[in-house]
Amino acid sequence: MKIKLEGVTKRFDDVVAVNDFSLEFEEGTLTALLGPSGCGKSTMLNMLSGILPVTEGKIYFDNDDVTDMPPQKRGVGLVFQNYALYPHMSVLDNICFPLEIQKVPKAERIEKAKEMARLVKIEQYLDRKPKELSGGQQQRVAIARALIKNPRLLLLDEPLSNLDARLRLEMREEIRRIQQETKVTTIFVTHDQEEAMSISDKIVLMKDGYLMQVDRPQALYDEPQKLFVANFLGNPPINNLEGKIKDGKFVLADDSASVKVDLKSAVEGEEVVLGIRAESVGVDDDADFEAIIKERFTMGKEELAILKLGNSELRIYLSSDFTHKPGEKVGFKLKNKGVFLFDKKSGERK
Amino acid sequence: MSAKTKSGTFNRSFEPWLYLLPFIFGIVVFTLYPVINVVLISFKEGYRLLTGAFDSIGVENYLKVISDPYFINGIKNTAIYVITVVPIATAISLFFANLLNQKIRGIAIFHTAYFLPLVTSATAVGLVWKLMFNGQFGVINYLLGIFNIGPFEWITDPRMNIYTLIIYGIWNMIPFTTILLLSGLQNIDPLYYTAAKVDGASSSKMFFRITVPLLAPTIGLTCVVNTISASKVYGELFPLFNGRPGIARNLYTVVFYIYEKFYVDWDLGSAAAASIILFLIIFVFTMIQLQIQKRWKYY
Repeated sequence: MKIKLEGVTKRFDDVVAVNDFSLEFEEGTLTALLGPSGCGKSTMLNMLSGILPVTEGKIYFDNDDVTDMPPQKRGVGLVFQNYALYPHMSVLDNICFPLEIQKVPKAERIEKAKEMARLVKIEQYLDRKPKELSGGQQQRVAIARALIKNPRLLLLDEPLSNLDARLRLEMREEIRRIQQETKVTTIFVTHDQEEAMSISDKIVLMKDGYLMQVDRPQALYDEPQKLFVANFLGNPPINNLEGKIKDGKFVLADDSASVKVDLKSAVEGEEVVLGIRAESVGVDDDADFEAIIKERFTMGKEELAILKLGNSELRIYLSSDFTHKPGEKVGFKLKNKGVFLFDKKSGERK
Repeated sequence: MSAKTKSGTFNRSFEPWLYLLPFIFGIVVFTLYPVINVVLISFKEGYRLLTGAFDSIGVENYLKVISDPYFINGIKNTAIYVITVVPIATAISLFFANLLNQKIRGIAIFHTAYFLPLVTSATAVGLVWKLMFNGQFGVINYLLGIFNIGPFEWITDPRMNIYTLIIYGIWNMIPFTTILLLSGLQNIDPLYYTAAKVDGASSSKMFFRITVPLLAPTIGLTCVVNTISASKVYGELFPLFNGRPGIARNLYTVVFYIYEKFYVDWDLGSAAAASIILFLIIFVFTMIQLQIQKRWKYY
């Protein structure tokens, strides 16, 4: 099912939680609502499920206006952050419950529940109570319960945040697999950029209730349209240098160093932020800037260095043939990819 | 060397007992001794309190008590009281606890109004109820009259006395039961209701499939506590019927019988025997309830 938002806004008294969202979620895709805590992503999810009413704007499921439709009529399956499995019911009863409400005959709903249990791989635990299961298994039960009524839309609220690191990796691949097998349009909320990058078809990046950028994960990383987007994605984080354009070059704010960059739409004298990804710096005789190597250290398979550029610092990845030692002054060249200029005031990409 | 270790161990194990001594002393003197004494007295025929003398040891007291029509009447009335008051009060309390658990404006006022009976004097409240039950100008008959029911002589008609006591007993039991149930309700994660709502569950479905099973342990607890306290009903009789067990001595309860045997007749043996019989009945019923409730527990 295709979902369309038109100017969706949510206000709590004076606080704007979600501000004027207009976008589309394509049918059969897995979309991540990504952003730091308090950015309004859970509010957005609750408005899609119908738990929270919207203040302004319209929500369409395919061509139906569902803005004022109560949750039970929208046909959404919801997976809660802490799963909200009924503790007094067995796994089977939990999965069956949505069909029990719809008064589906018992034999039929048990058969359907077993089918769901097979899909999420928990068929051997049907007789257990939720508390006898691990976090990952509970998560699977919650997904099965959400899917049993054939929802038009599956919503997952921070589905992986209650799991430990290893289970998180396993479950995010499981969510991807289940989504692809069922082809159900899925939207999930996360604050973890890696989680969003790894499994989603599209990412909706939010900040303080504002829509920052919507794109494929790689496009978001390669072509951030805002400083916030560049900062939020990537590990190690992107290097930010504040300064201005002078004599066709980027000059640090305190005039301590300069970098030769492609100016794009930036003009002379303009105040800008230069963002440089850690992997976007190489050594070349035709140097864009000169910097002193402050420190070198190995992190697993990669080697990182801290460079001193004027009074600022840069963190970059080093290639394996890099021989210079700390203290040396070296000329570096910027790659085409992963170097961005942003307007200092608005944070917009140049 | 080894002697030293031994005395050390002794000191360590003796010291805690020293700290516990005042408490143990209190328990032994004021709880354990009276209980054991009641058991002993119940087997002493012709026991005299002041001298401690008795004629013989045997089960005569028990035989006397169980053949006493007033005691049989007391057992019957107490049983009727427990069987009606506990379930009805629990059901009403569950309803009120649900109302009080809603998020509405001014709920604090309802909370206060609701729990007021808990902090008012039972005797004062009982006298007010006596007025309310009055056959000529009582408010209860007035309210029933609106629906063309009655009037009833709640106090002066002996046949009505048991209903009077039951109504008053239910009213008395509701606040405490409601507090317990409300605290149980507040322990239920509201997310369960959100989840059920998204799936389209009706309020009654949620109540019977989520609230009741999750509240079952608390309901069980209130049933046990209330059954025990209702089995000991007697204080409620005083303000309603001028200190008599029913207006024509028709409404004996077991504890009222015990009280009269002791304070009025000075028949300590019978009072003790009746106490032991009541204790055994309560004990057996509590055990049965606890066994049944084991199945209610979801955790």
